[in-house]
Amino acid sequence: MTESLSVSETLSPELFEPMTIEMSVDKFEQPSITYWQATWQKLLRNPKAVSSLCIITCLVFITLVGPFIWTVDPAIQDLEQISQPPSWGRSALVVDDFGIWQGVPITEMEQGEEDGPLVLKVIGKGNTEYVRLTWRPIKGISEYHIYRNEFVPLDIATLGIPLAEIILIDGEAVGYEDRLKLSERDYYYSVVAIEQVMNREDSDTDMPIAVYSTIRVSVIQGVTKADALFLNLESEEVNGAQTVKLPLHPFGTDGLGRDILSRLMHGARTSLLIGILAPLIYIAMGVVYGGVSGYRGGRTDEVMMRFADFVIALPFLLFMILLKVAFGIGPGESGILPMIIALIMLGWPSVARIVRGQTFVIKEEAYIQAARLMGAKPFYLVYRHVLPNVLPLIIVSLTFAIPATIFTEAFLSFIGFGVVPPNPSWGSMCNDGLQHMLSTPHELIFPASVICIAVLCFNLLGDGLREAMDVKS
Amino acid sequence: MFKYLLKRLASGAITVWFIATATFWAMHSVPGDPLLNDKAVDPEIRKNLEESYGLDKPLWHQYGLFLGNMLQGDFGYSYTQRNRKVNDIIRDHFPVSALLGVIALLIAVSGGVVFGAITAVYKDRMPDHIIMVIVILTVSIPNFVFAALSQLGVLNLNEWLGNTFLPVAGWGSWQHIVLPAWVLGLGTLAYLTRLMRSSLLEEEGRGYTLTAHAKGLSRFRILYKHQLKNAILPVITVIGPTIAAITTGGFVVELVFSIPGLGRYYVQAVQQLDYTVIMGTTVFYGAFLVIMVVLVDIVYGFIDPRIRVGQ
Amino acid sequence: MPSLYQLLFLILLFPASAICLAQAVDANNQSISIAIGAEPPDLNSMTSTDQSSIFILDHVMQGLLRFGKDGQLLGGVAERWTLNNEEAVFWLRKDALWSDGRAVTAHDFVYAWRTVVDPKTASQYAFILYPIKNAEAINQRGMLAEELGIVADSDFVLRVKLERPCAYFLSLMAFVTYYPMREDFHQTHSNQYAADAGKLLFNGPFILDKWVHGAELALVKNQFYWDREHVRLNRIEVPFITTDTSTTFNLFKDNKIAMAGLDVATISNALEHRLPIKKFNDGAVFYLEFNHRANRLTRNKNLRKAIQSVFNANELVNKVIGVPGNKPGESLFPQWLQGKSHSFRQEYPAQKVHFNIAKGKEYLALAKKELQLKKFPSLTLLSGDSPGASVQAEYFQQVLSRYLGLELKLDKQIFKQRLAKMTSGDFDLVAAGWGPDYNDPMTFADLFASWNENNRGRYSSEEYDQWVKVAQGSSDVDVRMSAFGKLQHILIENAVLIPQYERGYVYVQNAHLTGVVRRIFGGDPSYYYAYVE
Repeated sequence: MTESLSVSETLSPELFEPMTIEMSVDKFEQPSITYWQATWQKLLRNPKAVSSLCIITCLVFITLVGPFIWTVDPAIQDLEQISQPPSWGRSALVVDDFGIWQGVPITEMEQGEEDGPLVLKVIGKGNTEYVRLTWRPIKGISEYHIYRNEFVPLDIATLGIPLAEIILIDGEAVGYEDRLKLSERDYYYSVVAIEQVMNREDSDTDMPIAVYSTIRVSVIQGVTKADALFLNLESEEVNGAQTVKLPLHPFGTDGLGRDILSRLMHGARTSLLIGILAPLIYIAMGVVYGGVSGYRGGRTDEVMMRFADFVIALPFLLFMILLKVAFGIGPGESGILPMIIALIMLGWPSVARIVRGQTFVIKEEAYIQAARLMGAKPFYLVYRHVLPNVLPLIIVSLTFAIPATIFTEAFLSFIGFGVVPPNPSWGSMCNDGLQHMLSTPHELIFPASVICIAVLCFNLLGDGLREAMDVKS
Repeated sequence: MFKYLLKRLASGAITVWFIATATFWAMHSVPGDPLLNDKAVDPEIRKNLEESYGLDKPLWHQYGLFLGNMLQGDFGYSYTQRNRKVNDIIRDHFPVSALLGVIALLIAVSGGVVFGAITAVYKDRMPDHIIMVIVILTVSIPNFVFAALSQLGVLNLNEWLGNTFLPVAGWGSWQHIVLPAWVLGLGTLAYLTRLMRSSLLEEEGRGYTLTAHAKGLSRFRILYKHQLKNAILPVITVIGPTIAAITTGGFVVELVFSIPGLGRYYVQAVQQLDYTVIMGTTVFYGAFLVIMVVLVDIVYGFIDPRIRVGQ
Repeated sequence: MPSLYQLLFLILLFPASAICLAQAVDANNQSISIAIGAEPPDLNSMTSTDQSSIFILDHVMQGLLRFGKDGQLLGGVAERWTLNNEEAVFWLRKDALWSDGRAVTAHDFVYAWRTVVDPKTASQYAFILYPIKNAEAINQRGMLAEELGIVADSDFVLRVKLERPCAYFLSLMAFVTYYPMREDFHQTHSNQYAADAGKLLFNGPFILDKWVHGAELALVKNQFYWDREHVRLNRIEVPFITTDTSTTFNLFKDNKIAMAGLDVATISNALEHRLPIKKFNDGAVFYLEFNHRANRLTRNKNLRKAIQSVFNANELVNKVIGVPGNKPGESLFPQWLQGKSHSFRQEYPAQKVHFNIAKGKEYLALAKKELQLKKFPSLTLLSGDSPGASVQAEYFQQVLSRYLGLELKLDKQIFKQRLAKMTSGDFDLVAAGWGPDYNDPMTFADLFASWNENNRGRYSSEEYDQWVKVAQGSSDVDVRMSAFGKLQHILIENAVLIPQYERGYVYVQNAHLTGVVRRIFGGDPSYYYAYVE
């Protein structure tokens, strides 16, 4: 671009007026904010921290609102679906109520070949409520042992779980009804006919020579009439049999048939409350205690630290029992608040030690000395200089204290402290799940996962906080 | 230094006395007593039992007797193991817990420092993320699961190798220590990793680090030569109480791996209200903790002369 | 790196010689390895009370009599014996020796039994000697121990005077508290007796060769034992002491131990590995006991009957416990108890209590009227701390609220605190269990006698006490069994307790190990006749 402007056109008298002083330079200045506000703003710029914050908010939200959406009672025991893995819309056959099944009378059995092999028969359809077996007894043999296996037996040594020994009395019915923890799968039932061994004293073998035979039974889900009625399940006719839709358990059920999803949502209240509140308070206590001890030093430090040692060395379990008695927690009463208090009483010293050690170092730093010389008060010094310096360590301690406290709560429930059964908590769900870790791992995986997620979020948030507070970066 | 040590030990002795007193009264305030058993006994037999154990005397009297015996280093006979002296129980089982604890702590500290350093150097990059996730898993899953899983792992390894590579449980050789020490140290390892990372990152912006960077030193050299010494302080602070915690808190591991450690006897004693064993082990651990704390304070001075004690 | 040196140093310090990698079974040496749940706390036969001590003692010591393969009584130190209503006489075999080669004499029994009943010994099981004349008076009322009704006629003849006729006296002779003790040896070690393997004397099939506290024990065949040719195992190693079922199962799969118990979680894994599974009932009965003290609601019979009507032991055993081997409880008297010629329960079947919600509600309404209550306040169930106990308590809580609308509060307490509450009667219901002490229905029957300290709910009924006395005072089988039948009827009719289950176990056993005897009385399991194929 070429400019061909004459001087006369561009110059004007106004240009030679003196300038007024304008304050517009202030545009470069930020509003004065404190250190903590700056931290918060920096934190909000950290994507990991923000997403963690969101997840934690979600967790809290689910805890508060979830039970109104998923309204299953966490205490209701669905005994038809014990230790059920996650499933969707299962239906079940309606079967007879519990009663004593005597077996099939010998007289009603079809006559077969004498002394032939054992022939097993299933009466009715094998279902998760019962499997009814019968067989035609071998002449002269009255003792029969029943076994059950989940895999095909290879020989007489691998027939599986010994269920019962049956001794037949002449003219009676023959049969065995298995009700032991049946689930929807194939089972191999074996019946062994035991020949009477006359000379048991002299025989060395445990098992006399025996004939056995095995039958495969495909067990389907069943529910008793009474339970279907009780659970208010609507039945419908399918292929001439009454079936019902069983209650839905999207996350499966635990060892007593309770809905894991519902228990997780209800348990979150206790676990998050105890897991966050107790560490927050005792860490705050530890910071103050350690800060004072480290800052004052000398005799004060000596006395304060010996008291901290004293608290650390007390036998934890014994004092928890004592505190439980002292708080007068009766059966069935919620011990959550007393437990938080107890955890605080015994939990603070380890943090106090760390803070005290760091305070020792920091208070010797040149800038603290300078601040002190300028007349800074001890409280200001600790708050303004010491605290930001020990915060990273506090945050690490806090994020580790959360899972530790969640598990301590569960551990203490064994002395009757903490949540009241049947109310759940994440920690106690984990403990229950441990019992079934090998057979039905979902009972452990779900509660452990939510604890993991919560702890991960707190760690990321803590990390973000640490970075945001780092004035040097 | 010598005078300082004496002073510390004197105040430590007072601390131990406080611990013993608090525990004594707590133990007697808790409902139940060591003589109760599954099968109830007649009041007359119970009286005999109380007399033979001196439990019929007033509590103050019992406390006095206990203090007198404690000064002579005698804690009496256990209630549950009726023929064994508490001193023998501590003598037999503490070395086991201590050995296990020290190995676990070595694993935890060396692992914690190394992983902490790695995560600090590779901050916000892949190694940091991976270690972070592992750390979180470690602390959010009950210790018991790791015990069971590592047993299963070893079992499969043994099966695959066709001979015993590592024992699944038991005690008696160094191979037996590997698995339980690993499980016991895991939690502390995770904690120290995070602590180390955090405290190393604190050193990142300091003047000496910048100078070192400016000198063109390699990242690991700066870390090893300069930062480590400053950043390790919090780690040392927690080690004192952690030694005590790891040797007492190992009872789950001791139970699962069938290890004759003192932690097991300690927890059992509380459940059984075995008065003499509770007192003996508590006093012993109290003294142990006090000594560890003194040691840590002295080590402090070596690492950071600014907080040299006794001056 | 100083830590590395430290590590090396510690490893060197550790006894490298002790590498213990013994296999589960060894046919050449006839040796086996097993795990036990707890270290034996007290191997002094005169005072020990617990399962693991009794297990070891049963293998290293022997009383006058012993239990055989099928639980029948056989001669132990005694080779023949007589029993009548007044006295028992035992003739000791001359080849029964202590492990230092000296003979076991009648004086060893006299010394042991006098020491047990001496109040100064403070033996918790002293009551089991009460059938002997003056035992109770010595133990409780300060009579001198020398007055005990036991006399050594000679070194090898022992005469025992009885306080009253005792039908099951002979089966007591196999009980640990009745074992002999040699005075000189016991006196030398006094308080320290049985503190270590070296401070014990043995007269049983094995001796305790090694005892590293908390870590391992080893039993070795006793070369002085009189019946040594029937003992085929040379060595029983116990290198593992743990209650953790998953650890013992892993050790079994690793071929380190010869037997391991199974739980719900490990059963299917055992099936998958095609391990041979066995089952066993240990004789213990578990039940919910009501509190019958004056100020308790559970004193009301109709309330108890209401609860009895809606409790389904079958559901508890099959669905909630879910471990094979447990049997639904129907009576305080378990199925294995011997009657006159068949089992007691075959001769005197327990009357059936049918699960009936409507009937339960009827009873509850009656109770409400009798107690003049508008609404039932909540009841308290005192229960144990084990995971199994909690699950059962929570199940029972649900049963009461579901069928009767009753609120049940759970009072979970650990061992000693629970016992303190049981003793003081601070409960409405308590989950309790009872393992038999001797082979007679009386071991269960007198539990609910008004004078028994183990009657934690303080049930007190003149009729019940009367029948207990009848059974105690007679040695006639018919009289006694019918008395037990009456007692069983009273317990069920009045819903004094709610039987839950008869405890059972399933376990895996090494296929090469045979002849192991599982039993209710004496040490279990017994390796007396065991051997490796």
